[in-house]
Amino acid sequence: MSLTRTPAASASSYISLDDLLKFGKAVTDSGGGGCSTSGGDGKASCGSSDGPADMPPEIWEKVKNHPCYSEEAHHHYARMHVAVAPACNIQCNYCNRKYDCSNESRPGVVSQKLTPEQAVKKVVAVASEIPQMTVLGIAGPGDSLASPSRTFETFRLLQEQAPDIKLCMSTNGLALPDMVDEIARYNIDHVTITINMVDPEIGEKIYPWIFYRHKRWTGRDAAKILTERQLEGLEKLTARGILTKINSVLIPGVNDEHLIEVNRAVKARGAFLHNIMPLISEAEHGTYYGLNGQRGPTAQELKAVQDACSGGANLMRHCRQCRADAVGLLGEDRSDEFTLEKIEQMEVVYDIDKRRAYQASVESERQAQRAAKAHALAVQSPDAAADTDAIKLLVAVATQGQGRVNQHFGHATEFQIFEVSAAAAVFVGHRRVDLYCQGGYGEDEQLPSIVDAINDCHAVLVAKIGACPREELERAGIEPVDAYAHDFIEHAALSWFADYRARVARGELTHQARGDAAIRQGAYTAAA
Amino acid sequence: MALKIIASMCTGCSACEPECPNVAIREKNGTFIIDPKKCTECEGHFDAPQCIAVCPVDGCIKKAA
Repeated sequence: MSLTRTPAASASSYISLDDLLKFGKAVTDSGGGGCSTSGGDGKASCGSSDGPADMPPEIWEKVKNHPCYSEEAHHHYARMHVAVAPACNIQCNYCNRKYDCSNESRPGVVSQKLTPEQAVKKVVAVASEIPQMTVLGIAGPGDSLASPSRTFETFRLLQEQAPDIKLCMSTNGLALPDMVDEIARYNIDHVTITINMVDPEIGEKIYPWIFYRHKRWTGRDAAKILTERQLEGLEKLTARGILTKINSVLIPGVNDEHLIEVNRAVKARGAFLHNIMPLISEAEHGTYYGLNGQRGPTAQELKAVQDACSGGANLMRHCRQCRADAVGLLGEDRSDEFTLEKIEQMEVVYDIDKRRAYQASVESERQAQRAAKAHALAVQSPDAAADTDAIKLLVAVATQGQGRVNQHFGHATEFQIFEVSAAAAVFVGHRRVDLYCQGGYGEDEQLPSIVDAINDCHAVLVAKIGACPREELERAGIEPVDAYAHDFIEHAALSWFADYRARVARGELTHQARGDAAIRQGAYTAAA
Repeated sequence: MALKIIASMCTGCSACEPECPNVAIREKNGTFIIDPKKCTECEGHFDAPQCIAVCPVDGCIKKAA
């Protein structure tokens, strides 16, 4: 693979801040992808971890409380999906619509289908119980626009009852160009389109068929129609000022390098975020890929493609690949608390003022956190820039939010991954793991899978760690670090890195590259 | 001349229901059924039966015996 090459001669091939600045105004010249030529100074990207300084206020206003669009927001705000759209108009080789059991968790699967009325009842019940729930998404389990009347009826009813909740949806894009007026009418300000290719030759390996204009299309014809419709829909949304996120499933050997081209194509048409996700293809899911031995990418393969697309680009790295009926913060699914039966029993009072007050307090807490972090990083950033050596490595971080190293190793169900160099510590993703500590005791058989998941990291920063996992990690060559407990992550990572390099300089250890890591299969549900 | 949906294979996704030109498809106990009196196998409307073309499960919709 040639993924290591520099992705493009000029940063203008990617989503840049300049493009975002244009985005807030009515961008109407996107017909021919014309906005690709003027962007790109390669400076601070508007990546998933950005805050208000990095984007125009009207865009920040739209994304700041959306956990899927803002990596910062996902620690503070929750979203929910309602499964009102079971029908789909295409077949993807990574999806099997037959399978639905309660043990399974991945996108495209739900346990309970809802009518629009039931869905709205559920949303209002959840929003009353969870004031940080600010976003409702319709993500299937089929395609939200294959049965548009249910999707739009849900949005319409919800707007009457809970006008403060933001609406978003995701689609494969086939029906999208015909639906943009309707999407704009319901003030849906975020749309996700799954785009896995812009080349029909690659598309025919991903999509066995589509159903379009009363006909089942197969092969290259199907893929050609699909890609044309997807890009046309994206252009129309951009022209309306509707924020778009592009999801791409990374399928090794099928579209891995091609996703760089996809990134370029969607950026040129005004996409706000690009989210490159690993293929989930366990054989037991019964998907075409699963049954035919198509594997998902390793952590390093995923990162290589993401990195190749990130030259100033707007790449999302915090996606948890939720189910189409997920409820709660990303990575924390509370849908079991809100089944239809339980909602029937609930006394629901939708108090919009109470919700606003709660959100205001979240907002001030967030400001304080941001200020504290900026202060910590500015005042005592380790003086590392002096040394220009090229060491760049990954560290895993156990955190429960607030941007701090504040979780016990044994309590982590995922680790955030930061890439650390002398210049900066940058969030590059997360890794799900099985909980190590259960009921106060360490589960030793879980440990190897945790080591596998962070095996490409040089260190793991934790608030605390027991003696047994500490030894095991050291044996695997991963340094357990609890010296920076409760420090801000970036500051902790840079401090540890300065110390690491000092030890290398003193000859106490030799810097060595790490191996690859495994991506845990299955979408996120409840904490382990 | 009519088609039928094999209930044990039907996922209940509802994709077929709005495609039927004869409004012959409806939901029953979580899956879908075709009214054989209304079904024309789309003859005169389309080249191929619409429900079969859109159904995500191969072999789920067959000619009624």
